Amino acid sequence: MARKKREVDSPTSDASVGWVEAETVELFTAENPLTLKTGETLGPVMVEYEAYGKLNAAKDNAVLVLHALSGDAHAAGWDKKIADTGRHWRADRPGWWDAMIGPGKPIDTNRFYVICSNFLGSCYGTTGPSSVNPQTGKPYACDFPVVMISDWVRVQAELMDHLGIDKLYAVVGGSLGGQQAIEWALAYPERVKKAIVLAAAPRLSAQGLAFNAVGRHSIMKDPQFQHGDYYDQKEGPDAGLATARMLAHITYLSEEAMDEKFGRRLQDKEKPDFHLGQEFQIESYLEYQGRTFVERFDANSYLYITRAMDYYDAAADWGGGNLDQACKRVKADVMVVSFSTDWLYPPDECEAFARALTRNGSPVTYVDVPSAYGHDAFLIQVDEVGHLLRHFLTARGRA
Amino acid sequence: MKNKIDAISTDALRKLAFSLKDKTDPAVLALGAEKIGRFLNHVGSSAHRGDAQTVRWQDRVIEEEIPVGSTVLDLGCGEGDLLARLMDMKQVRGQGVELDPEAVLQCVAKGVPVLQLDLNRDLQGAFKDNCFDYVVLEETLQTLVRPDLTLELMLQVGRRGIVTFPNFGNWRVRLDLGMRGRMPQTDWLPFSWYNTPNIHLFTLQDFMDWADEAGVHVVDGYVLIEGEVRKMELSDNLYADEALVILERKQG
Repeated sequence: MARKKREVDSPTSDASVGWVEAETVELFTAENPLTLKTGETLGPVMVEYEAYGKLNAAKDNAVLVLHALSGDAHAAGWDKKIADTGRHWRADRPGWWDAMIGPGKPIDTNRFYVICSNFLGSCYGTTGPSSVNPQTGKPYACDFPVVMISDWVRVQAELMDHLGIDKLYAVVGGSLGGQQAIEWALAYPERVKKAIVLAAAPRLSAQGLAFNAVGRHSIMKDPQFQHGDYYDQKEGPDAGLATARMLAHITYLSEEAMDEKFGRRLQDKEKPDFHLGQEFQIESYLEYQGRTFVERFDANSYLYITRAMDYYDAAADWGGGNLDQACKRVKADVMVVSFSTDWLYPPDECEAFARALTRNGSPVTYVDVPSAYGHDAFLIQVDEVGHLLRHFLTARGRA
Repeated sequence: MKNKIDAISTDALRKLAFSLKDKTDPAVLALGAEKIGRFLNHVGSSAHRGDAQTVRWQDRVIEEEIPVGSTVLDLGCGEGDLLARLMDMKQVRGQGVELDPEAVLQCVAKGVPVLQLDLNRDLQGAFKDNCFDYVVLEETLQTLVRPDLTLELMLQVGRRGIVTFPNFGNWRVRLDLGMRGRMPQTDWLPFSWYNTPNIHLFTLQDFMDWADEAGVHVVDGYVLIEGEVRKMELSDNLYADEALVILERKQG
């Protein structure tokens, strides 16, 4: 299962969307705030998004790409504005789904106008806990209202209005992005032609809730957390956030992938030193993942986003607890893709969604990709995912 | 009808047995069996499912049968060729079901909606009753754990079922078993008894008996005999290599 590290397309490559620049737009104001699912209001709401390709005259070639927990609007190409934004970690790599988005790539920017926006509550340019609360002049921190996936999608729909896009050719996302794709198909059935849901189910299992709970616990019990008011401190709850990320990374990999990648090998040595510090490669890997994550992510955002993930339940929201009932709303052609070793959104739960859609009487595609990579496979198995995206996007629609 | 078919087959076998009996040398006898096997291989190959160049006779019959604009469920749809053609030519709303991951990718490449499900395990409750005009099951029935349950489900979710299968009542198969004393091996039956996916072996007559008992109406039938397709007749249990039957629930 060893895979070569994928070569990235340089900014000048024909296969790259090249240098890109994010846009920021105010979609809700203090006077005209966004009413959240909880009934609370939020305004202003700023949204950062990137777009690649050209919107055609009929405005029917727009594909909305939906990012996952730690993702951002920078889905493809190379960030031109690193110096201004200080997002220096983007310097040596293209956007998070560059393998899928570009000229001639599976989400082909020669054909599609591709949009990706940072979701509400995140920390990459869209309003979130680290944004300034106009009423206090200080960051919201934990005064930020609880937001749901439906709120994210509501804001995205507002962005589509702003861009003059009435109907999306497709929505596509993996993991938490896949759940947004599900929500799009349910909340705006008339505005979605095709929906692609990768490694995601209509809700998180108890096991998934448990992982999120431990992640939040480690952040909130960090002495530096200070009830979320750490923005003016020298140090935030870095240790807690790093631990949360380490735990999450375990859930993103399969047992098999971890065995293959690290096994019981020791880090830079042949024999153990018999101490409590780092010994095994897997320890070193997780520590690295935790450390680099802290550099680029806000702990409060992590709390709010995992909460949104917890609360999401498509059947409860749209079908009174009955998934079949909820799926009756769907008008899009849907493709659900699971990965055989994913234990965050296991194949059974993805399949259950596909089956509920099928009972709705509409043609559905459900694929369980054989994989050793666990949940992360949707980002790693670019050949299989690319094949599925390319063909599903170009396939003729429902007869 | 059953008695008639059995009479024919017994008679034919007896004749063949006599004709071979003269060759007393066991080696010659073995040679005879080998020749029969080769012949069987030759016959089987023309109708083999994997042949991508030619459209299988069953598919042609199905393409004739299914009206424009129908809804069609293809169970075990393989790479989705039949559904893709039906979607193109007859504007059907197609849904495939296939377990093999490679074949599923090919379906997606052809724009055929496909569910990666196990026919033996996952079909119950997968579809609403009467939501398809036709449910197709090609060359798969003999591989299922409970063919009867799948057939019933087909007629539950669809108005009509189309089933195709190899006929183990064919005289050459009988001869192979009768003379060699071993399970037949051909192109379309290339497996040994211990590794064959064909776990339910049945004849055309067996199938008709099931239909009778299950209260299923056989609307129409076609058979392949010596490379030629024609409407099914009473005596076909002995001669048909393969069969295609169109089923409906009996009214009332």
